[in-house]
Order: sequence, then structure tokens, then C-alpha cells
Amino acid sequence: MTNCPTLIVTVGLPARGKTYISKKLTRYLNWIGVPTREFNVGQYRRECVKIYKSFEFFRPDNEEGLKIRQQCASAALNDVRQYLADKGGQVAVFDATNTTRERRGTITAFAEQNGFKVFFVESVCEDPEVIAENIVQVKLGSPDYTNCNTEEAMEDFKKRIKCYENSYETLDEVLDRDLSYIKIMDVGRRYLVNQVQDHIQSRIVYYLMNIHITPRSIYLCRHGESDLNVKGCIGGDSGLSPRGKEFANYLGQFIQSQEISDLKVWTSQMKRTIQTAEAVSVPYEQWKALNEIDAGVCEEMMYEEIQQHYPLEFAMRDQDKYRYRYPKGESYEDLVQRLEPVIMELERQENILVVCHQAIMRCLLAYFLDKTAEELPYLKCPLHTVLKLTPVAYGCKVESIYLNVDAVNTHRDRPEVAGAKEALVSNAH
Amino acid sequence: IELSSVPQFTNSPTLIVMVGLPARGKTYISKKLTRYLNWIGVPTKVFNLGQYRREVQSYKSFEFFRPDNEEAMQIRKACASNALKDVVIYFSKEHGQVAVFDATNTTRERRVSIVSFAKEKGYKVFFVESICDDPDIIAQNIADVKVSSPDYLNCDKEEALADFLKRIECYKQTYVPLDDEKDRRLSYIKIFNVGSRYLVNCVQDHIQSRIVYYLMNIHVTPRSIYLSRHGESNMNLLGRIGGDSGLSPRGHKYATALGTFIKSQHIKDLKVWTSHMKRTIQTAEHLGIPYEQWKALNEIDAGVCEEMTYEEIQDNHPEEFALRDQDKYRYRYPKGESYEDLVHRLEPVIMELERQENVLVVCHQAVMRCLLAYLLDKTADELPYLKCPLHTALKLTPVAYGCKVEHVFLNIEAVNTHRERPGNVDVSRDPEEALKTIPDHF
Repeated sequence: MTNCPTLIVTVGLPARGKTYISKKLTRYLNWIGVPTREFNVGQYRRECVKIYKSFEFFRPDNEEGLKIRQQCASAALNDVRQYLADKGGQVAVFDATNTTRERRGTITAFAEQNGFKVFFVESVCEDPEVIAENIVQVKLGSPDYTNCNTEEAMEDFKKRIKCYENSYETLDEVLDRDLSYIKIMDVGRRYLVNQVQDHIQSRIVYYLMNIHITPRSIYLCRHGESDLNVKGCIGGDSGLSPRGKEFANYLGQFIQSQEISDLKVWTSQMKRTIQTAEAVSVPYEQWKALNEIDAGVCEEMMYEEIQQHYPLEFAMRDQDKYRYRYPKGESYEDLVQRLEPVIMELERQENILVVCHQAIMRCLLAYFLDKTAEELPYLKCPLHTVLKLTPVAYGCKVESIYLNVDAVNTHRDRPEVAGAKEALVSNAH
Repeated sequence: IELSSVPQFTNSPTLIVMVGLPARGKTYISKKLTRYLNWIGVPTKVFNLGQYRREVQSYKSFEFFRPDNEEAMQIRKACASNALKDVVIYFSKEHGQVAVFDATNTTRERRVSIVSFAKEKGYKVFFVESICDDPDIIAQNIADVKVSSPDYLNCDKEEALADFLKRIECYKQTYVPLDDEKDRRLSYIKIFNVGSRYLVNCVQDHIQSRIVYYLMNIHVTPRSIYLSRHGESNMNLLGRIGGDSGLSPRGHKYATALGTFIKSQHIKDLKVWTSHMKRTIQTAEHLGIPYEQWKALNEIDAGVCEEMTYEEIQDNHPEEFALRDQDKYRYRYPKGESYEDLVHRLEPVIMELERQENVLVVCHQAVMRCLLAYLLDKTADELPYLKCPLHTALKLTPVAYGCKVEHVFLNIEAVNTHRERPGNVDVSRDPEEALKTIPDHF
């Protein structure tokens, strides 16, 4: 996607969402296949200064504090350099306040020396309610405040922010016109984008402009058990089995009971997801991109048949299930690529139910729960189970709801020996 | 239960309102954006105020645009009103989804009246303001598109330039750009100096987000896009569609010739893209330039008809064959794809093509038709019948509001793979009628 590595540098006062953005962006970039890591200077500081005493550490006239903070920033940049130059990283997110022009100048020089491109992400927010909510959600629970009560922590943190305010130099339209950056204002109401250099920066900008923090839940489930599931066959486009239909009805009831405001429902263009959504009685949208992984020549075969007719392919798939592409079909890696627009639109949406398929659900889940490419193809997504994902703090709360309708098990664990007959799924069929 | 087979980008129609002094690229942006939206399947139309004005008034001089010219003001207001009336018809009677109102809209007063109009009708409004103070860019604009405008048919270049500059001055006096504070509730993007900087405010929905993304990826740096199919393949020789075969001997000859041609063009920093299929990769190999493989550039998946000849398709799937002829754009091969699906998967390719400069795309017949339709603004009906013969490179160079096309046939014979729409598309037709237009093969 890009030749030089990219250093993303966050900018902003404390409690402006820098770490939230850093983590989310890192998760997204890794999911689309761009090796990315975040480097949080606060963590380096916590390792150096074992016990946090108070906001006084951050006073601009605290020489000792300044020295330590500078050392921590340097240590972090050193690790950045290692990651991008030696460890195959493509993007590093340097998560710190970086509120002075001087500090940003140092970082730019560092990047130039090492041949990295720099892209700044500044978050500007003056809404006291948003800031207070931030502090409650992520600061009060920080390791810095383990031994404080809520009021003490809140008071101290506000004083901490004040320490930065006087020396804060926001990215300037004139003074910083040669820098590449996005300035996010008021949690996304407004953006200023300057000098986007390349494809990856353009994608980062597009992503940042589509995320939001309005509370909502994402419901993920597979279609109800299908006739081909019952036979133990993969792929195809069959309808629901009687138990699958029962699940669809229960799903409808469950959704109603949740009393979700403005729920959107998405399905694939395959019969089994459409039939499932029909029972939910909410208008739904069909996405071709949500269709199950194309198993090519293995479509509609049972694992035993694949083992029989394509033993070599079967073994190769077990060796690298993420990258393995069925002949005339797709790989999980291909799936991630075609699901990217779905993820982008999921980010824009609020309450939503996605009725999809096993491999698809694994890809979506891996995105939301930050699972690696190695873990992704083995994530457990059983039939007749709804996952309710609710973004909270820096991650996602997951509730698993089994709707009490039996179904076959379609999960095949990574076998000890690739392609071994013993590892074939024992289905109830 | 409503079923939609394409995700809804927006529920209400959207009125895009251009803002900016003359010669700031408003019409360029309007036309390009409209072309893109139509290609991705969002019915969009441009309403250019200048054209409305030209219909009622033959142009004499910049005096028409003087802010104190009351008579002219009345005419201009009436034209704006007529244009907006046509927007209403486009949305309510012609299934339009997006209308681009291409005019200067430089006063707050004018913009306020448009916003009220839209609110009354239930349309969403998104402003696109182009701000440019680089005199070189402005001069280039004027030379490219103004001097040859119908307004200046009977003038020489210097006269036209002088008059146009005075025209711009007329607008400058009353120009009020979108304001950070006063317009904070409006949805808009401000483009500074052809894209070095953007200000984006209050994006409301998916279509606006896509529009912003698109506008942030286009540029005006001169460059050329070369499109070519792979060299003739072994399947091509046999009249078979799809598959993943290698090049025929003539195909290899073409690849070599293509390499020679490309070298002769002395193209600066050429990027080469291929699909994941053997025949495009083998073609690119002869060029001696590093190339990138895109799965999205793979040929249309013909599903159950893969690797069949048209005769075999007629034998085995006569009804499908007829259905395809009835609506070639939307028809999806069983277990395969449609042209409509292709456009969807090619959208990221188009976006990246917009970002790039000199690029050679080595692809396939259906894929090339889709890309060409985007670049040359062809409709969904025309798209599946665009002529993309083997062994012919197309050089597309953006110029003014469109694209100049040069066809380069590299003088190496190949089979013809183009099948025209036959006269009879009825499912009950005879085999001979179905096979009337198939090209010759071995």
C-alpha cells in the first residue's frame, strides 16, 4: 500500500480521545492487513515512575518530571524505529499529547532521519460534557488512580489537563501548512484535512471521518440452521431446516424484547439469511458482500468428500487457513477485503443486526474484538447464538445469547495434524 | 417487509450545491462527481446555471454580471428558480437521487434561499465550496475551459481573458465564503487550492461521506491512463469464456509489442496493474516494469458457464442465455456475477486510479468495459456492449471536462471476442437466432 513506513502522531490535550482513536485505528489497519502498532507514552511513563502521586508531575515547571517525560518519549520513539525498520511494521501510532510545536518538530526530524512519513491526528474538543464523560469512562479506571476515590481522581485529572493548556499549540493552518494532518473537532462534527500524501493516509482519513462514539449495539448472528448444514455440507444456497425456522422465530422475539431504537437489519443475498431476517419483521437490506466464503470446487461438499477428492487442498487449508484460497473460490483474506466496505458502513451506523454466515461472522468478529489473522478462522460462531457487541471504553463488551434451539455444530478446530481424517467434524447428521 | 438488493445510501434526495468564484473548478467537480455517482448506481444530474442563462440571454460582456445591473439580476434569479424547478421534477418524476446545482452561489442570501427550498421539499443539502487564490491555477482554468465557452464564440483569446477576469471581479465584491461560525450547522466540504487542504463540516449520511471521500481523492495533475486487455489467450482462441488460461503465441507477441510501445511513450513513473489471472500477469511480465496484482481486476465470474463456448451455453442454458441478452448489465450468471456486481467490486480500483498518476491497467473484457464506462461516462445500457478488442491499447488523457481517447492497435492479429446484442432476445427464440452474433473462433 505504501513504500515508506508511516508514523501517525496524535495531538491533543488529555481526555480528547487520542488513545481511543489510536487503538481503534490500529485495530482497523491490522484487520485490513497493514501491520500496525500503537506506542502509548503514558504507559512508558508508568513503567518508569512506578507510582503516580499527583498532577504535580505534569506541571510545566517540574524539571525532574519534564526530564522523565522526555526520556519516555525517546524510549517510545526508539521502539517505534525498531518496529518500523526491523520488525516489519508498516504503521506506528505514537500516542501522546504532542501539544507543542517544538515536540512535534523533534518527532518530524526523527521521522525524516529514518525515512518515515508523518501524519498527525489532532483531536480538539471544548465540550465539557464530552470531556467529563471521557474522564469517567477511561481515566478514573486508569492505573494512575487505583487508590483514589472518584472525586479525588476527577479533581486531580482536571488539574493535569490545566498543566498542558498553557503551552498547547494547536496545528495551525499557516504555520503547519506543509505538514500532513487531520484535525478532528468536537468528536467528528468537523474535520480539517491537510496535505494527504498517499493511499494509506487517504484511507486513514476516510476511516476517521466515519467513526463515531454515539452509544449503540451491534448484533451478529448466523442464519438459522440450513438444510445443507444438516447434511454436513459447506457452502451452497439452501433454505432453512425446520430447526432453523424455529430459530428465526425466536430471533424475531428476542429482537422485539430488546426494544432497540431504530434497528437496521442486514443480510447477505443467500436464501438462508434472508429467510432468517424475514421472521424478524424489520425491513432489511441485502449485501452481496455478506455472502458466505466461496468454497469454489468444494462447494456443497462434506468435509469427508473434500478429504477424499482433494486431500492435498484439504491439508494445505489446515496449514494456513487464513490465506488458503479454495480452487476457483476465496480465502479468508479475500473475505476481509470484500467486507471492508461493510465494516466502514457498520462504523457509520448505530443499532444494527447483521444476519450472516460462519466465515463472514468470524471476519467481522475479528475486527470488533481485535483478533489476529491466525485466530480469525477458528473463532467460535455457533448456529443459533446471537452476539451482542457494545463498544465500551477502549474495547467491546460481548454478550452471547443462545436462543435455545438445537442445531448441528459446524465448527472445525485446527487439527493437530493438518488434513488428518480424525479432525473431521463429527456432525449430528 | 421492504427488500432492497442494493444498500440504501440515503433515504431523501440530496441537493449538492457548488459554491465559489468563477474559474474555481465548480463545473469540473460537478461533472466528475456526477459521473462517479452515476457509475456506482446513484442517479445523479448536473444543473448548470450558466446553461440556463445562455438559453435566455445571448452573452455580450461582463457587464451582465455587475452587481448593480438590476435587469440582469432579475434574469439570473429567474434562471436559478427554473433550475431548481427542474431539480424538483428530476427528484419527484425522474427517480433522481442526487442533483448537483452548479452555480457560484457566492452570497449567503442565495444559499439561505436554497436551504429553505430544500427544507420545504425534504431534500438534504450538501455544499461543495472551491476556494483558490493561486493565480496560475485560475489562469490555466480560464485557458482550458472559459476561452472556448459559447459565451466567447466571437472573441479572440485576449478579449475573452480580459472580459472573464472582469467577470470574476463582479462576483468578488459580494462573495461571502462559508463561515466556520455562522454556517456551523450546514453540511459542507471546503476545498482549498485544488485539494491541498479540506474542511469538512457535519457530514450527515453515507452518500455525503462517499462524496467527501471521492472529492478528497481526485486531483488535476496531468497524467494518462492506459487500458489494455491481456494478450490473446488459449481460451480466447477456442471461443471459450472465462477460465484461467495462458497466452497464445499471438498473445505473447502482443505482450512484447505492448512493452515496446510503453517504452516508446517515455512515461514518467508508470504504475502497472494486473489481475490475479495468468493471462494478465503473463502480459505484464513482458513489460519489464514492476506490476501490482489486484484480485478486483479479475474477469467477471461466469459461474456455471465458465470455460464454455457460446454454443455450449446455448445448448446447456438456453434460457439463461436469453435472459442475459435481455438485460446484460444486471444479469447474474448462476453462481457467478453480473456487470453490476463488477462495478461494485471495481469501485476501490477506480478510487485508487483517481489518486494515481500514470497507470497502465492490464485487465479483461468485462472489467475494461466497466472502467471505460466510468472514464467516458457511458450508461449502464451501453457499458456491456462497449468495444474492447484484444491487442488494442487505449490511452486516456483527462482534458477540460472529459477524456481524450487514443486507440493504439499494436498490429498483431487476434480473435474477435465481441458479441453484439442479437435481434431476438426472447427465451423462446431458435438457437440460430441466439448464435447469430457470436464471433468466430477455432
